Amino acid sequence: MNRVENRLAGIVLVLTLAVIPAIAFAFDAIFALTFATRILILAAAAVSLNLILGYGGLLSLCHSTFLGLGAYVVGIGGYHAYNDEIAWMADGFVQLCAILVLSAGAAAIIGVISLRTRGMYFLMITLAFGQILYLAAIGAYQYGGDEGMTIFQPSTFAGFALQGRFVMYAAAAIFFCVSVLVVERLTRSRFGLVLQASRMNEARVCALGYDPMRVRLVAFIISGVMAGMAGFLLANNAEFVSPIDLHWTRSADLVIMVVLGGLGIGLGPLFGTALLLIVEELASGMSPHWPIIVGVMVLLVALFMPRGLAGLVSSEKRHD
Amino acid sequence: MSQATFLLFLEQCLNGLQFGIMLFLITAGLTLVVGIMNFVNLAQGSLFMLGAFVAAWFASATGNYYLAVAVAVAATAIIGALVEVLALSRFYRRPHLDQVLATFGFILIFNEVVRVLWGSQGLTVVLPPELNLSIELLPGLTYPLFRFVFIVFGLAVAAFLYVLIARTRVGMLIRAGASDREMVRGLGVNIGLLFTFVFGLGAALAGLAGSLSAPIMSASVGMGEPVLILGFVVIVIGGIGSIRGAFWAALLVGFIDTLGRSYATSLISLIFGSTAASSVGPSLSGMMIYILMATVLAVCPEGLFRARAS
Repeated sequence: MNRVENRLAGIVLVLTLAVIPAIAFAFDAIFALTFATRILILAAAAVSLNLILGYGGLLSLCHSTFLGLGAYVVGIGGYHAYNDEIAWMADGFVQLCAILVLSAGAAAIIGVISLRTRGMYFLMITLAFGQILYLAAIGAYQYGGDEGMTIFQPSTFAGFALQGRFVMYAAAAIFFCVSVLVVERLTRSRFGLVLQASRMNEARVCALGYDPMRVRLVAFIISGVMAGMAGFLLANNAEFVSPIDLHWTRSADLVIMVVLGGLGIGLGPLFGTALLLIVEELASGMSPHWPIIVGVMVLLVALFMPRGLAGLVSSEKRHD
Repeated sequence: MSQATFLLFLEQCLNGLQFGIMLFLITAGLTLVVGIMNFVNLAQGSLFMLGAFVAAWFASATGNYYLAVAVAVAATAIIGALVEVLALSRFYRRPHLDQVLATFGFILIFNEVVRVLWGSQGLTVVLPPELNLSIELLPGLTYPLFRFVFIVFGLAVAAFLYVLIARTRVGMLIRAGASDREMVRGLGVNIGLLFTFVFGLGAALAGLAGSLSAPIMSASVGMGEPVLILGFVVIVIGGIGSIRGAFWAALLVGFIDTLGRSYATSLISLIFGSTAASSVGPSLSGMMIYILMATVLAVCPEGLFRARAS
């Protein structure tokens, strides 16, 4: 895609996102706005996964760890602000700073250990690491244990609470656009080019004097922090947080979203997320056993269209 | 240490051994599939679940638990081989990502099929009276006979697998396949058939583990997924493709998990006091095996026993 096409895609995206609330309001379909908000937040998480999976070629199955970490910071902060009247714990800036530090730290620890390995090992190790915080959340009885907890105190920014359908939608839309822009900029930078080159030919990247491990670790940390921020919005939007947010099947969902949209494509995750959530919504209306429909869809995608929706649009071959 | 606490400790060790052997039955096949075929099979846990449900259903329908175990093993072997031939064999040359998606799709499908067939309540198994009693292993140490049989039977299966892998022609081909797949193909071995055999064998072992676990943990939808992740931990610690590694790693994980669950809380309360222990203990004991895995990886990133040459 060249620069003009990119700019055009950006304008179309922003206009579409701006028009959705007006349409929802006009047709009295507020639920559609809530649904769109959910799509945008999860799509932003998928965008962050796309950085390491699509561009970096790292199949991580612990991305929900960072998403859930961000959600739990909001949940725990809100819990203490509500029950113990410690107002600063619900402060949005404080929470975002905490998420930044915690998710960067967690990503650094998980990354340093698991990035020493490749392929199959990496996948199984990230899967196992994801389990640690999931078990911790289940064991945290004070914060609802395996039941999860309702968040009575949303994050506040200078006295302004992050709640209400339109506010949440606007926050999600802005965050999504920023995420796409960040990943787009990163992948065009020298850092992003080295990251993609390490996926294609590690030996050559080493020969050029770069350290693929370090580049991958930085990408892993950036991706983890972005997912943590998405978790911040996810918890405020759902007003609820539970260990399910940390479960590895949530990570698998994110992987499906990225693949559905097309690996290593800037806006791919938005289409993938929208498709998966819409299929889930329709299927759950049809039958109580709707996961079968989703399972068959995922199997068929893996069999026949591993390049996702993007493969339908362009026949250009991806370099691996 | 008083005699009572010592006997309790021995009992926990036996429980750890039993849990470890269950993990071994699940991972023995999985490590071969992962090692020889370079294939990520997330659906192994689902085969474990299917084994448990088929056994529970057949046992309650006929009242014969022994026959139910045999039926469950046969059923999972057939289902595993069918799934391999019809769908998964197409993924051997594809990226791991596609394999993850395909087998994740199968998890969703299997979970729902079980829910359709047997409901979401789960099934329990009543053991036949001759198995449903306790025996006195030592003076003062009584232990459920069924768990003891589980241990002995599991060890027998491990011995059988050892003979199969180390002493037979099929085993030789499997070992050769684990170290160099292309060379075995080049020597004119029908590698497709070998893969189907290995996959079916792994499925049968997972089904066996499920049918033997059904009386202990009762069959429930989604029971396979935690076991799958523990299985991956075992494979990572033991080294991909190594049955010997899977055996020792499974026992290690079984012991640490079981002893951790029973002793972590009291150990922490010795150091930090009982209030800290009751809140941290349970989740820390669950995490211990992951910390073990991280430690093993930090020291030797390719596991304790590595079988693959490439």
